[in-house]
Amino acid sequence: MANNDYIVQVQDLFYRYDKENVLENINLSIQKGSFLAIVGPNGSGKSTLLKLMLGLIKPQKGTIRLFGQDISKFRDQHKIGFVSQKANSFNTGFPATVFEVVASGLTKKLGLFKFLKKSDQVKIKQAIGSVGMEKFLDRNIGELSGGQQQRVFIARALVSSPELLILDEPTVGVDAQNVNSFYEMLETLNKQNGITLLLVTHDIGTISDKVTNVACLNKNMHFHGSTVEFEQLKINEVSEIYGHDVHVLTHDHHHHEGAHS
Amino acid sequence: MISGLMQYEFLQNAFLTGMIIGVIAPLLGVFIVVRRLSLIADALSHVTLAGIAASLLLEKKFLFFSGLNPLYMGMAFSVGGSLFIEKLRTVYKHYQELAIPIILSGGIGLGVIFISLADGFNTDLFSYLFGSVSAVSRTDLWTILVISLLVIALVVMLYKELFLLSFDEEYARATGIAAKTLHFIFIIMVALVIAASMRIVGILLVSSLMTLPVAASIRFAKGFKQTIFFSILFGEISVLGGLFLSYYLDLAPGGTIVLIAVLILVLAIWFKKRASARSI
Repeated sequence: MANNDYIVQVQDLFYRYDKENVLENINLSIQKGSFLAIVGPNGSGKSTLLKLMLGLIKPQKGTIRLFGQDISKFRDQHKIGFVSQKANSFNTGFPATVFEVVASGLTKKLGLFKFLKKSDQVKIKQAIGSVGMEKFLDRNIGELSGGQQQRVFIARALVSSPELLILDEPTVGVDAQNVNSFYEMLETLNKQNGITLLLVTHDIGTISDKVTNVACLNKNMHFHGSTVEFEQLKINEVSEIYGHDVHVLTHDHHHHEGAHS
Repeated sequence: MISGLMQYEFLQNAFLTGMIIGVIAPLLGVFIVVRRLSLIADALSHVTLAGIAASLLLEKKFLFFSGLNPLYMGMAFSVGGSLFIEKLRTVYKHYQELAIPIILSGGIGLGVIFISLADGFNTDLFSYLFGSVSAVSRTDLWTILVISLLVIALVVMLYKELFLLSFDEEYARATGIAAKTLHFIFIIMVALVIAASMRIVGILLVSSLMTLPVAASIRFAKGFKQTIFFSILFGEISVLGGLFLSYYLDLAPGGTIVLIAVLILVLAIWFKKRASARSI
């Protein structure tokens, strides 16, 4: 079943915690070069699915393949960049510059007892540039706004040149008016740098037209297909997944936002 | 003072040891403070007291132990205590800070029992509690030097891993850093440095030499490396200035060292306030 076009393949995955199924019968595949958004309400098992994919916890049933390799044998962690939701709640008084934070993304790739080389410093500056933060190189991370910090954490994930970038609730803590430029930056990473993106969010309204695929999760996988197909879903079907009324985005939504800014 | 330094071996021992711990205590202190583990240093220093008392007791009761340097047993207890803290932290997953009062009171309790059993010591226990300019031996100096070189080498070699673990533990784990092993190495280094520093600043004030210089430098330093640099600078000023005052005023060095560190801290806070007021 190993297929090199798929960066992630999840099959018949079950995860139980305290006798309760958190995830049931999950099937998910992420194609190289795509931009997938996993949406689901709070408590739908999104974060658990991410933890499983990162190998932080083990499923009771089912398989996960990363880059065609079973996760238990996967050792190329540097191919996956991860921007955690907790990035917003780190110790803001921590005395580290933007450069130091981004450099820490190379820790695993460099390996034990190795120091930063000139070429690594170039890479770090490039990563900071690719998220538009080059002016803030020597600023302490705590002095930046939530959106700027989020960009720094993306740069930290990018510095080890990952092929897959995973973002957990990346727009939490980003000002509404900056969400659009944030998605534009992600689109550039996706289209120009060829990085496969996986974004997880509870807020269906933040899914932008930059996303190519959508998966709806609530313990089960309710929908997994292209963004175009997703938008053709009837609103009540989506409500069913969420269990309450939701405002589904349309492209109008974005035009509307654009008119304001 | 200079002539005293040339003349007396005990002064040379005290000043050389002071210079060494002025580097390593704030160096590890930076990691301790940013990881919010300041109280662990306190707990471990009290366990070290139990080890010192145990060693002095053995020395008094059994001739066989008469040559034993209390520093070794202090270190053994400190390392043992650090392992016990880690164990307790996994037992009380949701009340991790409970490990600190448990170890701290256990350490004092044990220390008090050993002291009472010995019915008082010939050796000045006071010097272990508050530090001493005259009590540092050549063996102490050599032991402390070896430990310090080991600690500095480890911190330099594992710098990026320790930084990542301190800044973002979850991310460190997610990227496949052996966080548990690293934390284990770290906590043992802390235990060793506490035992090593105790000769000069005293058990009761060891943790302040690890935290006060860091608290001052964190006020204005840009970045982590600069924080380390200023912490060590402030640590050195405190230790050397404190030893100097201690020698001339015949005071316990623990007190003079810590008071200088407090003074630096106050100046740093004042300086920062003035600087930010100006920028507005």
